[in-house]
Amino acid sequence: MIFTLHIWRQHDANSQGNFEQHQIDVSEDTSFLEMLDALNEQLIQTGQEAIAFDFDCREGICGSCNLVINGTPHGKHRATTTCQQYMRDYAGENELWIEPWRATAFPIIKDLIVDRSAFDRIIQAGGYIEIRTGSAPEANTMPVEKHIADHAFDAATCIGCGACVAACPNASATLFVAAKVSHLGSLPQGQMDHQRARKMLLAMDEQGFGGCSNYRECERVCPKEISVSNITTMNKLLYQSS
Amino acid sequence: MSDFELDSQTPKGSLENRWKQHKFNLNIVNPANRKKYNVIVVGTGLAGAAAAASMGEMGYNVKTFCFQDSPRRAHSIAAQGGINAAKNYQNDGDSVWRLFYDTIKGGDYRARESNVFRLAELSTSIIDQAVAQGVPFAREYSGYLANRSFGGAQVSRTFYARGQTGQQLLLGAYQAMSKQVDAGTVVHKSRCEMHDVIMIDGQAKGIVSRDLVTGELETHIADCVVLCTGGYGNVFYLSTNAKGCNASAAWRAHKHGALFANPCFTQIHPTCIPQQGELQSKLTLMSESLRNDGRIWAPKHQQDCEKRPEAIPEHDRDYFLERMYPAFGNLVPRDIASRAVKLICDEGRGVGHAIDGKKLGVYLDFAKAIEKFGLDGVEEKYGNLFDMYQHITAENPYETPMRIYPAVHYTMGGLWVDYNLMTSIDGLFAGGEANFSDHGANRLGASALMQGLADGYFILPTTVSNYLAQQTPIDITKSYPEAQQTLQACQAQLDRLLNAPDPQKTPDEFHRKLGQILWNACGMAREKAILESAISDIQALRKQFWQQVKVTGSDKTLNQTLERAGRIADFFELAELMCIDALTREESCGCHARVEHITDDGEAQRHDDEYAFVSAWQYSGNVSMPVLYKEELHFEFVRPTTRNYK
Ligand SMILES: Cc1cc2nc3c(=O)[nH]c(=O)nc-3n(C[C@H](O)[C@H](O)[C@H](O)COP(=O)(O)OP(=O)(O)OC[C@H]3O[C@@H](n4cnc5c(N)ncnc54)[C@H](O)[C@@H]3O)c2cc1C
Ligand code: SF4
Ligand code: FES
Repeated sequence: MIFTLHIWRQHDANSQGNFEQHQIDVSEDTSFLEMLDALNEQLIQTGQEAIAFDFDCREGICGSCNLVINGTPHGKHRATTTCQQYMRDYAGENELWIEPWRATAFPIIKDLIVDRSAFDRIIQAGGYIEIRTGSAPEANTMPVEKHIADHAFDAATCIGCGACVAACPNASATLFVAAKVSHLGSLPQGQMDHQRARKMLLAMDEQGFGGCSNYRECERVCPKEISVSNITTMNKLLYQSS
Repeated sequence: MSDFELDSQTPKGSLENRWKQHKFNLNIVNPANRKKYNVIVVGTGLAGAAAAASMGEMGYNVKTFCFQDSPRRAHSIAAQGGINAAKNYQNDGDSVWRLFYDTIKGGDYRARESNVFRLAELSTSIIDQAVAQGVPFAREYSGYLANRSFGGAQVSRTFYARGQTGQQLLLGAYQAMSKQVDAGTVVHKSRCEMHDVIMIDGQAKGIVSRDLVTGELETHIADCVVLCTGGYGNVFYLSTNAKGCNASAAWRAHKHGALFANPCFTQIHPTCIPQQGELQSKLTLMSESLRNDGRIWAPKHQQDCEKRPEAIPEHDRDYFLERMYPAFGNLVPRDIASRAVKLICDEGRGVGHAIDGKKLGVYLDFAKAIEKFGLDGVEEKYGNLFDMYQHITAENPYETPMRIYPAVHYTMGGLWVDYNLMTSIDGLFAGGEANFSDHGANRLGASALMQGLADGYFILPTTVSNYLAQQTPIDITKSYPEAQQTLQACQAQLDRLLNAPDPQKTPDEFHRKLGQILWNACGMAREKAILESAISDIQALRKQFWQQVKVTGSDKTLNQTLERAGRIADFFELAELMCIDALTREESCGCHARVEHITDDGEAQRHDDEYAFVSAWQYSGNVSMPVLYKEELHFEFVRPTTRNYK
């Protein structure tokens, strides 16, 4: 398979970026990131700097990888991270436009790499359950109804990739925040902190993310299919605590 | 380097009381004095995040580092199957003693009894801690916690969160640590890689790090340093580890005198998706939990290997694990399952893509399970794993059996530590996969998460406190000549990588070659002659690396090629030590199968009279001439027997 690639290159946060054009020939069993690896090998061979992009696990769980491919965060295959996209999914497309997440709260560091540490700061603001190491009661003293545990689990599968922000016209992190609030807030263990949602939303605001206007683009691109119903859950919790 | 006694600090007395008694004997730091102490924790996976959160909570000043862009992305996130704990919720006869026994036996009697017992003992508190943090473990309809079985055990003691147990446990630890960041007791730096340990008067008193965004080298001083930097499976290039996993922190510590224990003990996991092509950058694990319900088979006849699996009738299938090991069947420990799969493929009965003319794969079949539990039942248990398989292979495992082949997965070897998890360098601790401690020659499934968290939440906070209690707090605002010298040495190494005399090949090209040498010599079967030639091949390739490695860009900006080259440089040295270790251990045990020491029916043959020891290697100044220290293993409570899973 032969592709023409248009890849965003930007030396650092302060310089101007532009699309750089490359050609590549790969087999259909190659993953999207392996295709970029191959391109980078060629670049290094010819004395050029490799294209910087984030990745680690390459199995869809760490949330590192984050490319906008032909305008869609994470690419064409729905409910799939960038690293789990395969070139066979792009058969019939000769041109690929590859860009970083774009959001004020995620400044570009280099090429396709952005700074997502704002997400860490949102979690630091309240995305946890307070429990001193060693002070936990026996685990089975507090049964949790299975449907509640399952619901909490679904919300807890968020990988913190930031695609929801990249897709949102307001660059809002509401889905990310709601996933955590809904995970912790639906479990009995997490119900002590009534201010969690408020603290995290405030932090979201301070970090420069926009608010939610119900576009629901976030849900469409989320690789873990985090549902916008979590936003409803969060709003309920907010309402109850005010 | 001076000679020293290898003292494991292992307590004596009854096994049940050792940890309790030891804790009582350790020193503690008065709460009011804790803020005077600075602790560096490198690595914020399960072990590091748990340790940092707990020590921050105690009131120490903790500084943490990771190379990813957030602690939440550490390799621990990828653990799928589960975490063991001796809760005996299933009332199936489990106990701390049984978990201890299974782990010692699973490790083929190459681990310390005291450490393993402590691990089993702490296992139950980990589950309590995690549940209280909001880790959404699987539950029964009753609302109580569910369990499943894992390889190497006949009881059901594995706690799990669908196929994402590592993710949920890591998020728990990450959130606990985030709370301490908010409280100001933990200061964390992401995208920052440790390059070296700073040694002051024979003690570890800080690190040199490189900010991966600006490229800046920095020094950090502290009263002690804790390495929780994970395993080194990526030395093989292809492995199930995340791409960034590396040995560098541990290796640089080794070069300052930290002994490296059992480097050749590498776990090859039986159920991974086979390699599909040349460009492949990593292998993907299919959780061992699949062996609970999936049945492993290969065609009985070579001529059937080309056929679609559905076209092979039942009587022409060889369910070889069930045939060879009737008692444990598909649930034999990993090393045994991996060797059996290799044996079948070496016989020419493998299936799937051919790599270098050989079909390396067998089937993992769920037809029976689907019959029994229905599609929904199987989806509920394994849905995300099946999806992952389908993404990667474009085949639907609900309809056609999965193909699997063993792959490098975990490293039991690591920095030698005593009972306090302190390395042979005073003030340098190691936790999680980075140390060698508890798994002997083979790790049982679902026990790495347990060990990482036992180290992080419960052991390190206690033993690090004991160490600090004996130190006068160091002045971290002063400048130390040792720190500057170490920084300069790091800069020299970067310059050398950027300026090879005859740059021709990319770092990855070297890494792939190194991986091949190691996989052939130090993988599932090891043999004297092959190990010897691998050692000289590695030496030659290493020399070529330093002559010809081509690293573009500069060290003053984000440069992933440079990061990679630095890690590969360390892998080159470690790889040689692994082969030397494998060559020296003239027996088979657990993962370490020396062809010369295999019984007639293909089982590993231990030589307890000569090799019941931990091999702890000291750097001598010459990578090719390490010095071996032996820590004898004493078995007072279990009698080493031949592992029998038949
Ligand atoms: C695919 C897969 C599935 C697994 N499933 C299971 C399972 O089901 N059950 C189980 O018990 N075990 C499982 N394991 C094993 C287990 O996940 C790991 O052994 C364990 O998570 C390791 O944790 P850790 O905290 O020691 O290291 P890691 O999670 O690897 O963390 C290492 C940390 O060190 C940092 N680091 C490394 N080097 C440097 C440096 N030089 N400078 C700064 N920071 C550095 C990294 O950024 C990271 O934060 C699995 C492993 C794999 C590969
Ligand atoms: S909600 Fe979905 S898209 Fe947003 S960070 Fe979480 S996983 Fe990524
Ligand atoms: S690289 Fe980890 S999710 Fe893609």
